[in-house]
Amino acid sequence: MTFKTALAGATLLATLSLASTSAFALTVGFSQIGSESGWRAAETTLTKQQAEQRGVDLKFADAQQKQENQIKALRSFIAQGVDAILIAPVVATGWDAVLKEAKEAEIPVVLLDRMVDSDKDLYLTAVGSDLVHEGKVAGDWLVAEVKDKSCNVVELQGTTGSSPAIDRKNGFEQALAGHDNLKIIRSQTGDFTRTKGKEVMESFLKAEDGGKNICALYAHNDDMAVGAIQAIKEAGLQPGKDILVVSIDAVPDIFLALAAGEANATVELTPNMAGPAFDALDAFFKDGTQPAKFIQTESKLYTQADDPKKIYEEKKGLGY
Amino acid sequence: MKTRHLPFAATLVIFILAYGLCYTQFPAMLSTRVIGNLLTDNAFLGIAAVGMTFVIISGGIDLSIGSVIAFTGVFIAVMLKTTGLHPLTVFALVLAVTCLFGAAMGAVIHFLEMPPFIVTLAGMFLARGLAFVLSTDSVPISHEFYGTLQDIFWRMPGKGRLTLIGGIMLVTVGLGMLIAHRTRFGANVYALGGGQATARLMGVPIAATTVGIYALSGFLAGLSGIVFSLYTSAGYSLSAVGVELDAIAAVVIGGTLLTGGSGYIAGTLFGVFIMGLIQTYIIFDGSLSSWWTKIVIGLLLLLFILLQKGLTWASSRGFGPAHRTA
Repeated sequence: MTFKTALAGATLLATLSLASTSAFALTVGFSQIGSESGWRAAETTLTKQQAEQRGVDLKFADAQQKQENQIKALRSFIAQGVDAILIAPVVATGWDAVLKEAKEAEIPVVLLDRMVDSDKDLYLTAVGSDLVHEGKVAGDWLVAEVKDKSCNVVELQGTTGSSPAIDRKNGFEQALAGHDNLKIIRSQTGDFTRTKGKEVMESFLKAEDGGKNICALYAHNDDMAVGAIQAIKEAGLQPGKDILVVSIDAVPDIFLALAAGEANATVELTPNMAGPAFDALDAFFKDGTQPAKFIQTESKLYTQADDPKKIYEEKKGLGY
Repeated sequence: MKTRHLPFAATLVIFILAYGLCYTQFPAMLSTRVIGNLLTDNAFLGIAAVGMTFVIISGGIDLSIGSVIAFTGVFIAVMLKTTGLHPLTVFALVLAVTCLFGAAMGAVIHFLEMPPFIVTLAGMFLARGLAFVLSTDSVPISHEFYGTLQDIFWRMPGKGRLTLIGGIMLVTVGLGMLIAHRTRFGANVYALGGGQATARLMGVPIAATTVGIYALSGFLAGLSGIVFSLYTSAGYSLSAVGVELDAIAAVVIGGTLLTGGSGYIAGTLFGVFIMGLIQTYIIFDGSLSSWWTKIVIGLLLLLFILLQKGLTWASSRGFGPAHRTA
């Protein structure tokens, strides 16, 4: 009985959703990792929005962080005969067999945000951001901002050994190379978290004469920057003026800090990976255009001049 | 129909009804692709669930299998990467290890008179910990023999694939049925589930049977791990978390009594299929949250537990033959 009721409810929902889409639209399956972070939730929301705007019938499958669920979802998409598949793979390994099946069924697969270690022939393209480039955009901003003044920079790194931490550090250092007036005097991990960011910033401030020696802070993500801003305020300094703050990700909270003048710049890791993916698919279906194997998303820089209040309002509804 | 057949019959009816309902919604559900997927995607769960069926029929529980699957995968991946051993040798090695691991748990359960829940919980932590010690990262398996094995499949009419691992599951279920219903060991497992005291009176070798049951479960968890590594071409210490619970759910939905003494391996296979079917339906629909899988499985479990309770109640009132006659 219970089972029947549940299925009947499910049936009703399914009928409603089927009725709302047109018969000629593309059907695209999207296998998402899960909703482990605010950014990923925003990616899901934006993918659904993009699909709706373009009249794409999106089949969404949440893998709950499990690769086996993603493989299952892909196989079911293939069995269902969708026109294309989007996937944000939870791990890089182990996709060969199912990607081969998709290729054989002539269903193009687009990777979102993460890569796989399979042969490049097995997917149409991958959409993602260049983490090194993000670090470089942040560094370039700082170089332009301080001009010829001498500037001591402290750095809050991401989780030790993680690829965003390594790449964002590299990119930032590339931007600073050749500008001897800028020096990274301290660099430590804040684990991408707000609390660790605050703690580590407190120790930086203590070690550097109450913060008087520090001219700028570079944080590998916004959360750590938000924590550090708190620490700077508690030390009696003005974040954004006494110590410049630049970070990466562009989550809603950093726009509040930008609006309050407490942060100076953030580089966006856009959650809109689906937009470029749908563009590539549209072109591919229209006249068979083969997209490049890697489509790099824009790493946009936001400063206090970009109406941070308005962007905060736009971003807060995305599920971050 | 005998009362003890009722849960199995209920499983079959639910499976057929559910499949019919899915078919009216999505005609593509009846394609051989979906049937092939059901077999391939659930192969590792099905194999592990066969082991779990024996354990539960005997009145026990084995919480270690998810961890053993992960350990097996990591062990294979690391061995293939660091030594020149052939995958088949590694398979034999890892099956020996997991079989012994299960046997050891069975021995502790019997000789130290510990509850299976606690012993296999310890086994669960132990195996998962060992997997992490071997490697915390996902280790890819790129041995060409793996590619060969993955490319073995029979193309059914309609482009569906019966893969090697799907076949391994079907063979495992077949052998499981033979062992359960046609061997001395199988009869002993049922007797043990009916109660230790009665089993002893019937002359069942309790120690050997208990050790054998957990060894079998460990062996099948190892086999499931091999299949899982073929499925994902990698060994990852965080994989297969909670598979033991899915296996228990499949066994119960398959009509095996949680109190032990009654159940069918074939029922477990359909329990696995029902769970796979729910997932497939939700992906086909594409707008339902995937967490509905858990909700429907939860409801099904509840239904079956109530059914079991009802049967026990009915038989205690003398409405049906409660005692097993095997």
